Amino acid sequence: MNDALTPSDAGVTRAEACVIACADAWHGAGEVMASPFGTIPSLGARLAKLTFAPDLVLTDGEAALMVGAPPIATKPTELVREATMPYRSVFDVVWSGRRHIMMMASQIDRMGNQNISAVGPHAHPKVQLIGVRGAPGNSVNHPTSYWVPDHSPRTFVEHVDVVCGVGHGRAAAAGEGALRFHDVRRVVSNLGVFDFETPDRTMRLRSHHPGVRVDDIIAATGFELIIGDDVAETRLPSPEELDVIRVVLDPGSLRDREVRT
Amino acid sequence: MSDKRTTIDDIVGELSSGMTIGIGGWGSRRKPMAVVRAICRSHLTDLTVVAYGGPDVGLLCATGKVRKVVCGFVTLDSIALDPHWRAARQHGTVDVMEIDEGMFFLGLQAASWRVPFLPTRAGLGSDVLTVNPDLRLVRSPYGVGSPYLAEPADAEVELVAMPALHLDAAIVHVNRADAAGNGQILSPDPFFDALFLGAAERRFLTTERIVPNGELADETHPLSTVGIHRMLTDGVAESRGGAHFTANPPDYGRDEAFQKEYAAAASDPAEWETFASRYVFVPEDEYQARVEERQAQ
Repeated sequence: MNDALTPSDAGVTRAEACVIACADAWHGAGEVMASPFGTIPSLGARLAKLTFAPDLVLTDGEAALMVGAPPIATKPTELVREATMPYRSVFDVVWSGRRHIMMMASQIDRMGNQNISAVGPHAHPKVQLIGVRGAPGNSVNHPTSYWVPDHSPRTFVEHVDVVCGVGHGRAAAAGEGALRFHDVRRVVSNLGVFDFETPDRTMRLRSHHPGVRVDDIIAATGFELIIGDDVAETRLPSPEELDVIRVVLDPGSLRDREVRT
Repeated sequence: MSDKRTTIDDIVGELSSGMTIGIGGWGSRRKPMAVVRAICRSHLTDLTVVAYGGPDVGLLCATGKVRKVVCGFVTLDSIALDPHWRAARQHGTVDVMEIDEGMFFLGLQAASWRVPFLPTRAGLGSDVLTVNPDLRLVRSPYGVGSPYLAEPADAEVELVAMPALHLDAAIVHVNRADAAGNGQILSPDPFFDALFLGAAERRFLTTERIVPNGELADETHPLSTVGIHRMLTDGVAESRGGAHFTANPPDYGRDEAFQKEYAAAASDPAEWETFASRYVFVPEDEYQARVEERQAQ
C-alpha cells in the first residue's frame, strides 16, 4: 500500500478496485456497445458511462439498448429503452466493430487465448462448459477484454484446452483476415490488471489491486507473467466514483458476492 | 389459401429417424417444447439437432434421441449450463459441431439463400476450425488492382467459408399465428426463427393461439410483429403453453421452479425417472394439467 492514504482510500474493497479496473477498460471507447459479463464488469461499464465515457451504449440484457446507466438491480419493467437490439442486430454491431466486450474466461493463457467450451480434450471433455458462444467472432472483430473473478493456476494456464476467444499468437498465425480487427486488450482479475503491451504480445502485469502483493499474483498464475520493475497499484476510485458505485449503482453490494475482500 | 392447421402429433409424424432438425428460440426462451416433448415420447432416434441450445437440447439428449448437436452453446439462461447436455457430452453419448453463434446464423442464412457458404472472420484462429476439421477457408477473389478492393489488408484475404446448414425440418413456437401460416412474435426478440424456417424442407409453427387471417395486427401490436409469413410455413399447430417451461412473454415467463427441478433431475438416475415419468412420458394435455396443478399450489 502507499504510505499516505487519501480520504477515499479508507475502506475501498477489493470488489470496488475491480469495478474501477473494469471501468477503465472502456476509457476513450467512444460511441460503442459495452458488453460486460458478470456483476463487476457491469458495474464498471455503468460507472464509465456515468463518468468519463458518456457515449457508451449499454443493452438491457434482452433485446434493447437502455437509456442511461441505471442501478444494477433495476427491474426490467423499470428500464427506459432507446432502441431495439435483437440478437440478429447484435451481429451487425459485432462485425462492424462498434463494440468492446468484456467476457469471462474459464481458462486464459499467456497469449490471451480464452476458453469457455470444455476442460480437457474437446472430443471427450472432462468438464463441459457453456460453449464457444460468440467468442471466436468477437475476438477477431472488435476490442475484447476478459474478467476472471477467481485468479488461480487453474484459470491462468500455460495453454487453454479449447481456443474460443482468439489470442495474439493465434490471430497472427491465422493471417490478415483474423488480424485486421483483432484487439485483445486487457484482462482484469480479482488480483490485478493485465495487458499485452509487450514486444511478443505475451501477458504483462499492468497493476496489482490494493492489498495484493505481486508475489501473490505470480503464485496464482500458471505461466510466466511479464513483470516490469515498478508495477503500479490499480488506481483507487475517486470520492465521486466511490459514491456512484456505493450509492447509485449498487447499494445492495451485489459486487461483494462476486469478489470478497 | 390453404388451411395449414395441424397437430403436435402430426408434426412429429412427419419427422423420421436420422433427420436434421432445427429448433427455434434461444437458450431457455420461446422453445417449441410441446413438440420436443412429443419427440421424446416418439420412436424417433439418431437425430441431428440444430439450435441456439436450451432445454430442447437437454431433454432430447436425456431421452436418447440425439446423435449430434450443432450449436454454439446450450444454456438455461438462469442456470448457466444445461446439466443434461453436460452429462451427454461428458459421457460421450452425443457428437457436437460446436461453432460461433454468428457462424451459426450465417449457416442458416446460406441455406435460406441457397448458396453453399457465406464468408466471415468469425472462427479464424480459433479451435472451432480444429474441432470441425471439415470446415474450410475461402480466399477473396479481389486483390491488388481490382476496382472493388477498398482496403489493402483485404486483398485476397482468407476467411471462414461457413457452410449452409440445411435442415430437413424446422419447428418454432410463436405467440400467435393464423391458419395460413403467418406467425406473430410479441416478445422483443424474434431470434433467428424465420431463418430456421427458411433453411428447412418442412416448416412448422406451434402457437399459443390461432386467430383469423388478417387479424394478427391490431392497435397494440403493429404488423411489424408478424415477422413470419406464410411462404415459410407448411403447418401450424395450436399449443397453449407449448413453450413451457421456457420464457414466452407476454403469454408467460420462464417457470423457474420447474426448470430447477428439470436441472436437478440430471444429478441422479432415480430422480430423472421420477421427473420423466411425470413430465416427459405423458401426453401433452396431461403435462399441461400437471403444470396447472403445480401453479395452483
